[in-house]
Amino acid sequence: MKYKATIHIMPRDEILDPQGKATLLGLHNLGLDDIGQVRIGKRIEVEVEAKDKQAAEDKVKEACTKLLANTIIEKFEFELN
Amino acid sequence: MKFGVVTFPGSNCDHDLIYAMRENLGQEVVHLWHKDHDLQGCDFIFLPGGFSYGDYLRSGAIARFSPIMDEVIAHANKGGYVMGICNGFQMLTEAGLLDGALLHNASTRFICKNVHIVPASRSALITQNLEHKAYKVPIAHGEGNYFCTPDVLKKLQDNDQVIFRYCDENGRITDAANPNGSLDNIAGVCNVGKNVFGLMPHPERAADEMLANMDGRKLLAQLV
Amino acid sequence: MSNQVSTPVTAEIAAKLGISADEFDKIKEVLGRTPNFTEISIYSVMWSEHCSYKNSILQLKTLPKKGERVLAEAGEENAGLMDIGDGLAVAFKIESHNHPSAIEPYQGAATGVGGIHRDIFSMGARPIAALNSLRFGDLSLPKTQHLLKGVVRGIGNYGNAFGVPTVGGEVFFDPCYNINPLVNAMSVGIVEVGKTASAIAEGAGNPVFIIGSSTGTDGIHGATFASEDIGEDSESKLPSVQVGDPFEEKLLLEATLECIETGALVGVQDMGAAGITCSTSEMAAKGNAGMDVDLDKIPTRQENMEAWEILLSESQERMLFVVKKGREQEIIDICKKWDVHCEQIATVTDGGMLRYFHKGELIAEIPAESLVLGGGAPVYVREQKEPAYLKEIQKFKLSKVPEATGEEHLEVIDFLLALPSIASKRWVTEQYDSMVGTSNMSTNDPSDAAVVRIIGREQAVVVTADCNPRYVHADPEQGCALAVAEAARNIVCSGGTPIGVTNCLNFGNPYKPEVYWQFAGAIRGMKKACEKFGTPVTGGNVSFYNQSESGGSVFPTPTIGMVGLIEDAFNKKMSMNFRKKGHVIYQMGRMVEDLGCSDYLYHYRGIKHSPAPYLNLEDEHKLQKALLKLIDQELIYSAHDVSDGGAAITLLESAFPNNMGFVIETPVEIREDAFLYGEAGGRAIVTVDPRYEEEFLEVASEFGVEVLVLGTVTSGRVEIDGEYLGDIEDFKDIYMGSLGKRLGE
Repeated sequence: MKYKATIHIMPRDEILDPQGKATLLGLHNLGLDDIGQVRIGKRIEVEVEAKDKQAAEDKVKEACTKLLANTIIEKFEFELN
Repeated sequence: MKFGVVTFPGSNCDHDLIYAMRENLGQEVVHLWHKDHDLQGCDFIFLPGGFSYGDYLRSGAIARFSPIMDEVIAHANKGGYVMGICNGFQMLTEAGLLDGALLHNASTRFICKNVHIVPASRSALITQNLEHKAYKVPIAHGEGNYFCTPDVLKKLQDNDQVIFRYCDENGRITDAANPNGSLDNIAGVCNVGKNVFGLMPHPERAADEMLANMDGRKLLAQLV
Repeated sequence: MSNQVSTPVTAEIAAKLGISADEFDKIKEVLGRTPNFTEISIYSVMWSEHCSYKNSILQLKTLPKKGERVLAEAGEENAGLMDIGDGLAVAFKIESHNHPSAIEPYQGAATGVGGIHRDIFSMGARPIAALNSLRFGDLSLPKTQHLLKGVVRGIGNYGNAFGVPTVGGEVFFDPCYNINPLVNAMSVGIVEVGKTASAIAEGAGNPVFIIGSSTGTDGIHGATFASEDIGEDSESKLPSVQVGDPFEEKLLLEATLECIETGALVGVQDMGAAGITCSTSEMAAKGNAGMDVDLDKIPTRQENMEAWEILLSESQERMLFVVKKGREQEIIDICKKWDVHCEQIATVTDGGMLRYFHKGELIAEIPAESLVLGGGAPVYVREQKEPAYLKEIQKFKLSKVPEATGEEHLEVIDFLLALPSIASKRWVTEQYDSMVGTSNMSTNDPSDAAVVRIIGREQAVVVTADCNPRYVHADPEQGCALAVAEAARNIVCSGGTPIGVTNCLNFGNPYKPEVYWQFAGAIRGMKKACEKFGTPVTGGNVSFYNQSESGGSVFPTPTIGMVGLIEDAFNKKMSMNFRKKGHVIYQMGRMVEDLGCSDYLYHYRGIKHSPAPYLNLEDEHKLQKALLKLIDQELIYSAHDVSDGGAAITLLESAFPNNMGFVIETPVEIREDAFLYGEAGGRAIVTVDPRYEEEFLEVASEFGVEVLVLGTVTSGRVEIDGEYLGDIEDFKDIYMGSLGKRLGE
């Protein structure tokens, strides 16, 4: 079976996100004062071949933990279709 | 001509550029501040290199909305001279004053080294009187890989808007001499009106006798 | 105090935080009661090795620290400060960020760079140059490649965005660093004398501001963590990694310098290890003052942070300002201009007591002086024992080493050039912006040390970071003296006069007597050499526990950061590159038959135990004085010190920049391989215009420096003892490409 995973990677909650912080400053300078915290992550789409959904999930999780996310500073979640 | 150099939060080549224009080329230079709305009567505005807003989100994307950019854009639209170097070039593409975009270097690494560039445009102020040969000028960027669509590239070529291309030390435009994967070895472009310039290499870093490379001064001297 | 915060901790909890039973008793004595958890946490970080230097200070005190130029001695301020004349001073310091880089190389290295720059600009100096000294394990291991790539990217991204050129440093590989890389970062700044800021809090009633980033749970107990061995569970034990934000740091730099310029500040200190705790206690102790700190005023990044979390957070890009009462608005306005957050969090008090309040309650009350080095922090003498491996070294006999001759030299040279420790570090250094600031004079004219001009002046500072840990391992005293000698030689070969030293002492666990023996020996060698060269030690940092439970100890690595001066930089800067065909090549310095600790022995011959290379400090000093006179009289055209890889590598490195070659004859008195690959100290290779050979020889003999004519510069041909070895381009390809190739690029 071929599955498609959409992975969202975000800085862990307690980790400083300099990118989000500077972007917020830019937004405030634009006058968009109502915008609060900004945190910036990334979205990764992968295709995975697996015998069932559980196996696909395991594979995506492994890909995330080993390479796609740096779990020391990032967290991830994904949807499988 | 009166020159102005804009400091954005995170600019770090502003003082280098002021020094080069003032001390090496003997020009009147004023320091402009991103939060102001006043170009102080400058004829020529420089957007310097650096990491405005940390280069977060996209290089130049946040700085492009700095208060002073309204005036810079108006100045350019009236035919006034504007030049962006490195991060300044990125701001000008983000602001739509120059075509194209600057992507991550093909190597995905930041690169700082001397490269050679050869003048291309026969009609732009910065190149029209330059000798056609290789100039040694340093680059220092992570996102300098010039990109545009084929239509735009054709337009740039047809209108003589490419100002510099990366080349080897003998002036040959080769793949090996392209440090960052730029389309058509493009190191710099100008707008149709030939009053807005963008350049990835840093001529201000090669403008002083003490640094044993004066090729950059020859480029800047074209603007004076 | 309420019940919750006043609940006394037990000795067991204290022990978990690294406080010994004796230390716990001492704390109870100081306070006159049993501390609560917040208080014991504060002691645990302040009395950790990282902050208190408790196991090293007695040794460090033996180092020479006085000198005519010294404006801030070791330990007095955040960095050393030396007068360079005409109203300017240079501030410089080197610091380690080894353990954070072992866990998360990118952020670990980035925050190391940020931290050392803050030490410099908190004194009011504008950083003008950065250097780094990096040690990694076996490059063929994927883990080493991961660490190297991460560290280099971290240093680059932070330093490049911050806008200070990375002008020099070293990268060294050895399996002893497989799990514990060393990342030492150095910053050099310039400040007008009299316009410096001091790390002091005084004047009761003066407000204290926190400037810069909000406080999160980053790196809590980092200081304690840094004082423990790295083990299997280190990754899970570490709290959130500190993330560097060079953009914030750049704004903080500009705002800080502008605030200092106003004269409205009493004192400034950056926040590094142990965060708010360290800066409040050190500043207060220095001013014999106290401070009332309201933790509720501190901007936090997360909600509901515990008091001890706020106090110990090592969030980056923060500063503490003590402001003259009544001038707060000037500081607030400058911070607003630069979009930097500032908040009053404390008030200076009389009486020397630090009082921390949280949610309206007094949650900790400690005499500032009891926490700090030079005050109540403990000081220990540790046991020393000669390590067993020295016996192996003593067995070494040069006569048993086969001699390389004739054609084999080509094989040896190609082998050495490709060693990651010797090959060009272009893959690394091109990721650093080395030219921002338009002050790096070594870009287009390479020199042994980096020559960084001071804009608007004729002067340049000359900076280098050096240490060959293999030498120090073989003989800590001699090895460390060699590190100082090499640093000084690099500065001299660039035309500079050495003026001062900062050190980064990376060693293993000081509670192991063999490690402490190495440490004490290295300090002796440093003292001897620094006294000889007249270069006082102005500070630095000690990093112990660089070893692993599974992998033994790293080589003792006392990195020497040295600063020198050239008064007339345009005319008197010297470079390492051969300039003209026909110039005569000389070796200056004593010729000895020595291959000790050389790359040739260690890597090519596979001999891991041999004595440290030869060094005679008296001869070394004469050589350096002679070189400076030769440079001043413009009698030499290039100068390059002989070090890693020996004279053969020195010759090639001088030949590469202008694609020149050389034809030389090795001396008959000693083994060919000893001459070509030996790493004995006190030598440099110079080139002389044949028309001025006589004058050159006169100067050499005036200083009593041995010289040896080797041959001449060619337009590319490389020939040794009549054996044509190839064209310089062939060697250059190996030299330039090896490191990238090893990294799969």
